[in-house]
Amino acid sequence: METRLIPTTMLIAALSATSASADTLRLLTWGGYAPEEVIAMFEAETGHTVEVTTSNNEEMIAKLRATNGGGFDLAQPSQDRITSAQEEFGIYKPIDMTRIDAAQFIPSMLTATAANTTFDGEVYGLPHVWGTSGLVVNTAQAGDVTDYTDLCDASVAGKVSYRLKRPTLIGFGYAMGLDPFAAYSDTDAYQAILDQVEAKLTECKANVKTYWDGGDEIKSLLRSGEVVASMAWDTGGWQLNADDPDITFVAPASGALGWIDTFVLPARGRADDAAYDWINFAMRPDIAAMITNTAGNFTAAVGGDAGVSADLKARYQASFDQAAIDNIKWYPPVPAGLEALEGATLDRINAAN
Amino acid sequence: MASDKSKLGFYLLLAPLLLWLVMLIILPHVGLFAVSISEKVGIREYETGFGNYAVFFNEPLYWRTFARTAFMSILTTVLTLLLGFPIAYYIAKLTRGRTKTTLFLMCMIPFWVSELVRTYGWMILLRETGVLSNALQYAGVINGPVEFLYNDAAIMVGLVYTSILFMIVPLVTTLDSLDDSMIEAGYDLGGNGLTILREIVIPHAMPGIVSGCIVVFMLSLGNYLTPILLGGKDSLWFTGMIYSQFITRFNWELGSAFGFLLLGLSSAVVYLGLKFSGQSLSSTMGR
Repeated sequence: METRLIPTTMLIAALSATSASADTLRLLTWGGYAPEEVIAMFEAETGHTVEVTTSNNEEMIAKLRATNGGGFDLAQPSQDRITSAQEEFGIYKPIDMTRIDAAQFIPSMLTATAANTTFDGEVYGLPHVWGTSGLVVNTAQAGDVTDYTDLCDASVAGKVSYRLKRPTLIGFGYAMGLDPFAAYSDTDAYQAILDQVEAKLTECKANVKTYWDGGDEIKSLLRSGEVVASMAWDTGGWQLNADDPDITFVAPASGALGWIDTFVLPARGRADDAAYDWINFAMRPDIAAMITNTAGNFTAAVGGDAGVSADLKARYQASFDQAAIDNIKWYPPVPAGLEALEGATLDRINAAN
Repeated sequence: MASDKSKLGFYLLLAPLLLWLVMLIILPHVGLFAVSISEKVGIREYETGFGNYAVFFNEPLYWRTFARTAFMSILTTVLTLLLGFPIAYYIAKLTRGRTKTTLFLMCMIPFWVSELVRTYGWMILLRETGVLSNALQYAGVINGPVEFLYNDAAIMVGLVYTSILFMIVPLVTTLDSLDDSMIEAGYDLGGNGLTILREIVIPHAMPGIVSGCIVVFMLSLGNYLTPILLGGKDSLWFTGMIYSQFITRFNWELGSAFGFLLLGLSSAVVYLGLKFSGQSLSSTMGR
């Protein structure tokens, strides 16, 4: 008996010893943020293995909520969706800043994200990839579309698409001369804005071909010419621009909506070492450039734009002059409970005829 | 001793079924029900009550969607029956041997790929720059591109296509068991095609019709992909509402209540259907 037991205990000890240094990192992220080649380099360098699940903001929160913050070791929600989720569901754990190579982050973005993701005195998020939502337009056929409300113009009737989600409500709010972000903390004022936007979007519904859901869907609609003007992400516009020079991203007159996707640690993640290793690895300038080249969006890494392809830089500069960059409306943290109001509005728009 | 042993064997054989029922069906439903009767009053504060069900009845939008989903599912069932019955009759009664197997197989082939792929197939056919629009333009029937997608008719086409197999299979089985001599006797007694269909074929096929209808209705009512993808901006479907409550609104409480209402609705419609057709669940599904 005893002779059998010893090798077993040794085996267990040996197994736990290896798992302390090399973990499996279960990464919950967006498409394009963890390219194959980056994963291969990371695995070769650290010995960790990476399992990637791609998702979006809402699904990330829903997944982590279902498991009370388990099942993943690192997630990448947008910075405005962290404090409310933490307040309601407690699905994240604070970032240990001493384990981060802070010099790799652009200081202004690191501080801004830290401020926006602080809950109960603890920081929960680190900036990774940033980008904007605005207009993706076929300039040859819909050159007049310069702001969100232009999507409701008769000249583009039946050839318009946008998402039926909160960025659309906010974008239209700004284009109608309202200030949704300023009203975040005042439920009544925000509801008043939502009501006006609801009326506009209901009226605009006849113009819409369909509400798009995934990035590939809107790209195929624009590429086929079935849609000539849409509200979409900047990367989608730049990717299409590579195939068809007429289609590109246009920063709306009332301001593009700026988002920052972050790194957060799920509350019951098991491989924090690997998670911190991944964060420090992904923020290296050379790796950040590789991620930008696949995801199409720039990162918060110092010097991360140096290795980015010249084409992408040119498209970025064509869409954003300095004034447009200054005019970007960055999402402030969403207060808990605001989504319920927006949800009811979106449901009513969806049901309207 | 022997009876003890056989009892043990009986319970052991029963165990997997019980485990399946309790752990995968009953417990989740109990959990879902518990969530559905907790009302959110503040951050991380919940009270027990039926407020979520009240939301459904107080907001016309929700019960209208509910009614629309039920109505369109019933319409799907009727259309599937009208389309499926002649096909099943042809396969069961008018073909023999290899032809029969081949035809049956041809009905099944589309189901070898996933529903998502089938739905995308329909999107390629029906979209503005799609096959149908281009073919009609080529034939000179229409002048410009026409959008066939993103309306109720497209949803209908998708749903009927998705569920027709589940109508054909039970119909073929019941029609197969109808003795041809009954039909001959009907003609001998002076009946015509219509009276034979009404007096002999349909009464005999009734259990198959009812079980096919139940399955198709359930599949349509609970379908998510087809209405959402083919319906576009007008795709109001109750399962879509449940999804959005759970995923995009983080409102599990209301989503669970919706789930239970959907369960109640489908059970009620099936019950009424059985009552009106004079069938019982055991005579249709138990065969």
